[in-house]
Amino acid sequence: MVATLEIRNLHASVDGEDEMILRGLDLTVKKGEIHALMGPNGSGKSTLANILMGNPAYEVHEGEVLLDGENLLDLEPDERSRAGLFLAFQYPVAIPGVTLGNFLRHAINARMKAEDPDSKGIPIPKFARLMREKMTQLQIDHAFAGRYLNEGFSGGEKKRAEVLQMAVLEPEIAVLDETDSGLDIDALRIVADGVNALTGPDLGVLVITHYQRMLNYIKPDYVHVLYEGRIVESGGPELAVELEEKGYEWIRERHEALAHFQA
Amino acid sequence: MAVVRRRSALPQAPSFSWADVQSLSDAHDEPDWLRARRREAWEIYRNTPMPYQEEEWRRTDYRHIRWDEAERLIQANGATAAVVPAKNLEPLTGAEQGGLLVFVDGNVVRSELAPSLEKQGVIFTDLRTALRDHSELVERRLMTQAVRATDGKFAALHAALWDYGVFVYVPRNTIAELPLHVVCYNTSAGAAMGHVLVVLDDNAQATMQVEYASNVTDGQSAYIGATELIVGDAGNLRYVSLQDWNRDTFEFSHQRGIVGRDAQLDWVNGVMGSQLTKAFIEVDAVGQGANARVSGFFFADRDQFFDLDTQQNHNAPLTNTDLLFKGAARDRARTLWQGMIKSLPQMQRIDGYQVCRNLLLSDEARMDSIPGLEIEADDVACSHAATFGTLEEEPIYYLMSRGITRPQAQLMIIEGFFDELLQRIPFERVRQRLMAEIEAKIIG
Repeated sequence: MVATLEIRNLHASVDGEDEMILRGLDLTVKKGEIHALMGPNGSGKSTLANILMGNPAYEVHEGEVLLDGENLLDLEPDERSRAGLFLAFQYPVAIPGVTLGNFLRHAINARMKAEDPDSKGIPIPKFARLMREKMTQLQIDHAFAGRYLNEGFSGGEKKRAEVLQMAVLEPEIAVLDETDSGLDIDALRIVADGVNALTGPDLGVLVITHYQRMLNYIKPDYVHVLYEGRIVESGGPELAVELEEKGYEWIRERHEALAHFQA
Repeated sequence: MAVVRRRSALPQAPSFSWADVQSLSDAHDEPDWLRARRREAWEIYRNTPMPYQEEEWRRTDYRHIRWDEAERLIQANGATAAVVPAKNLEPLTGAEQGGLLVFVDGNVVRSELAPSLEKQGVIFTDLRTALRDHSELVERRLMTQAVRATDGKFAALHAALWDYGVFVYVPRNTIAELPLHVVCYNTSAGAAMGHVLVVLDDNAQATMQVEYASNVTDGQSAYIGATELIVGDAGNLRYVSLQDWNRDTFEFSHQRGIVGRDAQLDWVNGVMGSQLTKAFIEVDAVGQGANARVSGFFFADRDQFFDLDTQQNHNAPLTNTDLLFKGAARDRARTLWQGMIKSLPQMQRIDGYQVCRNLLLSDEARMDSIPGLEIEADDVACSHAATFGTLEEEPIYYLMSRGITRPQAQLMIIEGFFDELLQRIPFERVRQRLMAEIEAKIIG
């Protein structure tokens, strides 16, 4: 069966607040597909990313999120990860004292232990080979494996480290939350090349972005526009180009006219 | 609200007597100079009240010590190195060892020194042997310069009654490349008064680790110790001290490093064990260009109480001291760090830094940090800080998002907190062992 992420009628808010940020969001991403989710600031893009991964600072009020038919919302973030979901964070947190290499080795071992409680984990030489291979591919200095996670990393280094984690963990569905933001054109190209190297029939990708720029490098099969917590437009790659030309104002006008008509 | 203190609430004193001092000297046939020093120390001890409400002591309540158990001087009972846990005896590095000195209940059970060091003139032996074979060196340095009987009630008691110890001497222009390893292990309850005296002559270098531990005993113990690290001009000493006493031990210790002109002291102090620890940890930068780095890590759990009192004394211009302590507390444990940077008047161009970082792992634990500065010069760069944190949800969530379980994520963050300090220990396998011990404390 092709792995599928299905989001149905999702309503969500910041934890403890009444105001809904997501208001009935529906979206399906299949393995092998690249979807882009675009939208103006405040439309709920980052909330969706956080909800999908299970950030405790957000709260789901209604709806479901299924990965291969299993309800992700019942799972802890670590269980979601082991089920095949990956989130490239918009703002990866620095963790002093924990090296990138050690962190990823623990992440792999956690997967192996979940499958087989007696697993001894990945042998260190094998892990070292894997890291070297993926770091070379992403043009990351191998010394990064020994650096504390995200501590003192530049914006571009953080984003590349996120993609490195994705490359090492080999998810089925990856969500990239504003992975392009703050990157100069060279860094953007490296990050996009890294993502492209991973895409294929074994990976479904949801690229969340404000700008069309990233989509010049990562070619989406589908483009969706999020507005006020719902997807209001869906189409092919041409939709991204149209948004770039017309801006989000166009969506706003159209959506408000529609809402007015419906009222 | 007025607080009425009852007389009975004052701390009890142990019942040591002048006769105890005399019989100790007699038993070891000690030289006259040492007898005279013990007598002088005893007089100071006798004339000093038990510390209680003085500034350095007022937050440290040790009145629950049962002296009737803790004051009996621990006697060697014939136990050998076989009783010492393998982890304490494990060589510091995979390569050749410089020296190993093991005490069980104050008795020397192993004393080894690599022939190469011996040939260089390095002395690494127990203090009693040193008194016999290197009397002059010991007489000149023992409690005359670093720790003195006048430093406090327990320093005086130690000076009057110390009963075993380590003596290290590295001659001028000598690099003792292989590490020296000392283990002090106790198997029964009672009083232990161990002494460490390390002397590096000018332009000498050494690396050393001292471990303190004891097995579970029936009854309380008191460790009344002193550590003296004397680094001569242009010398370089790397010194690691790890304390893991059993939970019925009260430690009262004075530890001081003296750093000469252009010399370097890199001192790591780990506190994991004991019921209560009150340690005075001081460095005196006495020569121009002296450099001292003092690192401390502590982890208190259950009902442990640690009071680490540090002082960085800039007694010469152009001196650097850098102090970083990091600690965690869980359950109902309490920790206290009191730090002070002092300078003599007109010691210009000094750089003193002190920071204590605290990680609180339970609502019932309490951690206090009190930094201080007393600088009598104007061209200085001195700073201090104390921080307090708890385990935050955001990094836990981030680690979990990669498949790591919550307990494992918490463990990694706490270990990460200590990593910076553990990296200052020059022995990889010791770092790994400490990591495992920290892990054991976290999992509890």
